[in-house]
Amino acid sequence: MLEVLTQVLAKNALITAFAFVGILVWVSYLLSDKLTRGHVHGSAIAIAIGLLLAYVGGKVTGGTKGVADFSLLAGVGVMGGAMFRDFAIVATAFGAHLDELKKAGIVGALSIVIGVVLSFTIGAIVAVAFGYKDAVSISTIGAGAATYIVGPVTGTALGASSDIIALSVAAGLTKSVLVMVGTPLVAARIQLDNPYSAMIYGGLMGTTSGVAAGLAATDPKLVPYGAMTATFYTGVGCLLAPSVLFLIVRAIV
Amino acid sequence: MVIYGVALLSFCMLVGMFVGDVLGNLIGVQANVGGVGIAMLLLIFLSNLNDHRLQLGAPTEFGINFWSAMYIPIVVAMAAKQNVIAALSSGWMAIIAGVAAVVASFMLIPVIARFGGRRDA
Repeated sequence: MLEVLTQVLAKNALITAFAFVGILVWVSYLLSDKLTRGHVHGSAIAIAIGLLLAYVGGKVTGGTKGVADFSLLAGVGVMGGAMFRDFAIVATAFGAHLDELKKAGIVGALSIVIGVVLSFTIGAIVAVAFGYKDAVSISTIGAGAATYIVGPVTGTALGASSDIIALSVAAGLTKSVLVMVGTPLVAARIQLDNPYSAMIYGGLMGTTSGVAAGLAATDPKLVPYGAMTATFYTGVGCLLAPSVLFLIVRAIV
Repeated sequence: MVIYGVALLSFCMLVGMFVGDVLGNLIGVQANVGGVGIAMLLLIFLSNLNDHRLQLGAPTEFGINFWSAMYIPIVVAMAAKQNVIAALSSGWMAIIAGVAAVVASFMLIPVIARFGGRRDA
């Protein structure tokens, strides 16, 4: 019996993932209601539990894909993969207002460039503080502080060693996880409550997954605005980090 | 028909991804430059166009809104498949770099929002 059940669940991986996430979300909203009386949003709890389960999954299986490394939950990897994520993000744009977008146009674009340069600079300073002296390593770690995609892209372009690239990915992952968890907590203090600041937020943070989850847990209505600018961030980062920013670092060290 | 909505959404995403990849190639970076953003702009443009000229049917809208509503569950699944161990276990430098970047970026949001000259709070 149990064997048949396992087979059914594994064979229908994506469907199993839908059921699994459904239960996870249900439990999260229950916790939100009963434990916090709705103060902490259910989706924020669901994302936090998701991250926690990903940690457990990584510990137990030794893999790199969180719970998706359990063969029964492999479908979670598909459901939470880039294809469905991007599809759903695009769908959230339906019903967004053109006027709101126009209002933030130039400032939104500016925030992307400022965001990339700011994160890169801070990552580079931390790298220097930890004793890195060559421009390639410093730039790769700086790029990782932008996003975990900009890091490896820059590192590969500049010919950084693989442990430096791994470090840059870790810096980017830390950023993404922290943005997911931290956004709903600081939203009120940083006035993240309207489409305009959501676009600036997306441009400054840049991690699409972090921004997407952070805004979903703060106010789902803001998702399309933040996601819109965030999706340009990685592209701008991949453009600036291995070129202009690297040259500046090399000129300084 | 529901499929019209889903197909419209797919069309927007595929066009966006294509343009994003072409842009990436033109600039010479191995990445999709703003593909999702372009897809979103296209969808917004098309849906606003329809407001004025032809109306999308309710089932068609449902095909898009369904995926929009699936967004949070998908993000939950995405969180559950992250390599959290790697983020936590590769030493203080990566963590400090990530945390410092986030804190600084958070602090800059109200500054830029004000600098942008938003009148109503």
